[in-house]
Amino acid sequence: MPKLARTLYDKLWDAHVVRAEADGTVLLYIDRHLVHEVTSPQAYEGLRLAGRRPWRTGSIVATADHNTPTTDWDDGIRDPISRTQVETLDANIGATGAKAYFPFRDKRQGIVHVIGPEQGATLPGMTVVCGDSHTSTHGAFAALAFGIGTSEVEHVLATQCLLTRKAKSMRVRADGRLPAGVTAKDLALAVIGRIGTAGGTGHAIEFSGSAVEALSMEGRMTLCNMAIEAGARAGMVAVDDKTIEYLRGRPFAPAPELWDRAVAQWRALASDDGASFDEVVALDASALAPQVTWGTSPEMVVSIEGRVPDPDRERDAARREGLERALTYMGLAPNTPMTDVHVDKVFIGSCTNSRIEDLRAAAAVARGRRVASSVRQALVVPGSGLVKAQAEREGLDRIFRDAGFEWREPGCSMCLAMNDDRLEPGERCASTSNRNFEGRQGAGGRTHLVSPAMAAAAAIMGHFVDVRRLA
Amino acid sequence: MEPFLTLTGLVAPIDRANVDTDAIIPKQFLKSIKRSGFGPNLFDAWRYLDHGEPGMDNATRRINPDFVLNEPRYRGAQVLLARRNFGCGSSREHAPWALADYGFRALIAPSYADIFFNNCYKNGLLPIVLSESQVDLLFGAVNAFPGFKLTIDLERQQVAAPDESMVFHFDAEPFRKHCLLHGLDDIGLTLQHADAVRAFEARRLAEQPWLI
Ligand code: SF4
Repeated sequence: MPKLARTLYDKLWDAHVVRAEADGTVLLYIDRHLVHEVTSPQAYEGLRLAGRRPWRTGSIVATADHNTPTTDWDDGIRDPISRTQVETLDANIGATGAKAYFPFRDKRQGIVHVIGPEQGATLPGMTVVCGDSHTSTHGAFAALAFGIGTSEVEHVLATQCLLTRKAKSMRVRADGRLPAGVTAKDLALAVIGRIGTAGGTGHAIEFSGSAVEALSMEGRMTLCNMAIEAGARAGMVAVDDKTIEYLRGRPFAPAPELWDRAVAQWRALASDDGASFDEVVALDASALAPQVTWGTSPEMVVSIEGRVPDPDRERDAARREGLERALTYMGLAPNTPMTDVHVDKVFIGSCTNSRIEDLRAAAAVARGRRVASSVRQALVVPGSGLVKAQAEREGLDRIFRDAGFEWREPGCSMCLAMNDDRLEPGERCASTSNRNFEGRQGAGGRTHLVSPAMAAAAAIMGHFVDVRRLA
Repeated sequence: MEPFLTLTGLVAPIDRANVDTDAIIPKQFLKSIKRSGFGPNLFDAWRYLDHGEPGMDNATRRINPDFVLNEPRYRGAQVLLARRNFGCGSSREHAPWALADYGFRALIAPSYADIFFNNCYKNGLLPIVLSESQVDLLFGAVNAFPGFKLTIDLERQQVAAPDESMVFHFDAEPFRKHCLLHGLDDIGLTLQHADAVRAFEARRLAEQPWLI
């Protein structure tokens, strides 16, 4: 009898089931546990109170990223509450151990979702969890990667497993070539615009098609990163040569004597021909233009050639009210062309777009130009210390500084504004991050999500512009 | 964890879709290393007119009179009625901690974001899914009748108005339901299978030694 065709998600799932309850609840084994300072203290405390120890410290890779400042590192962390949280992580890892810990100021420190792949700590076939919703990023390596809450962090620490249930499967197929100037970020935003922020709820999404295959690993990470903004539990991409080449020689990648064996196993990590999905969404990548969000949810997005929508055209009363509320918060008038929207600040960074390729794309736009005088602040925050060092070797920091951008230390920074980097009430920002929720980048702040090249272009012009017209 | 059996509680409505966890508990409160004390900052940016920071005396802050939970008729509410995709965004468990600390024991909405939904169960907070039309009916009733209460019976998987004018059935996964009904600690349950985990792990690490 021929074997049943399985999806990549099926394969990853099946390989980690320790046992199953009658109702479908499964004990799922976790290979990699990423830990950061915000969602772990209560978990370690719970463990301690119960007299338990981490089950397998070799699975843990930890760093401090959400609270850390991006300037004046010699002064330490000035905010005492933030400092306590980071010191609590130091103490917890110090007391119980980890495979690797990159504390504040370590040269490999950075955003947890940037350093995992960078260190080769995220590998194909793994289950990867973290107390952070953007754990979906790691699915770019054909890993089953998803965010969990703090109780689950404690559960994984204590048992190396999670109690969970299988999601439904969705394939998002993007075929055709992304036009020049249109990136993985634009593709991600277009997908969310299409299916909505709850479109992927209850599903694990596999991204496929020629446009996805053509993406670099950085681009695939950007795409999987945003899967959570479509509501999906996980995003993933099959293994190919790019996956394998990206990992070769990374610090925690398989040792040379194990490499070929690992690669042979990884090659099987793709959906079988004929595997069926619960949902399929198809997109023509060649028809996409750069995207900009206009509202307070990532699904509120249009092409740069578009306009702010008009609530009067919305027939559904609840939706109309939602649009009106978003426009009021964003301070935008209906039907305004997106290219007429001016920005006060620009943020290039976050686990969505702070990798070397993102910084190169932004620098290519910034080179030889100046940030518009109307822009109060334009920040470039590399995703990790190693990304920063690489960018400096390539001279990108000079390009940015010469253009009037601030070149910062790595961390989450203005993606969520837990440190000093934030929007003031009413300020409008072109941001390469992933969430434009009310107050996300600072109370009263107004966020427009864009790609790194589009953010750099907005910084130069002082308003949104189709980056393809700047070339 | 406190068991959840039945509850008769006052219902408060939040009439907007896609309420995200940043709205439920803003990031500045995530700096705490505790699990408790988030209630006064639930929906902070909507609830107060001034900007909240950890350590402030919330009793002296300016209340937003237009925010629904500040209306006297909803004081002491234990059931939160919401719209679709409630709890989307960040995985912060501080969101259910804040809801529970405020006094909510159950939520009713047409849908929730996955991680938030999980996090609720871990904290004795019951996230009930009803259809859009049932939720519409409940919004109508809450708005029309001050003091509107609902009785929630987890064992029977039922939400009912006290006069039984509305009785709705809801789904609950048997395993989660069992844990919540008995207030069972997941970790203790899983550790009963420690041998199975150890055996699985030994096999896996032998097959893929690079995972060690
Ligand atoms: S960069 Fe932003 S989205 Fe990513 S982990 Fe940090 S705070 Fe979360």
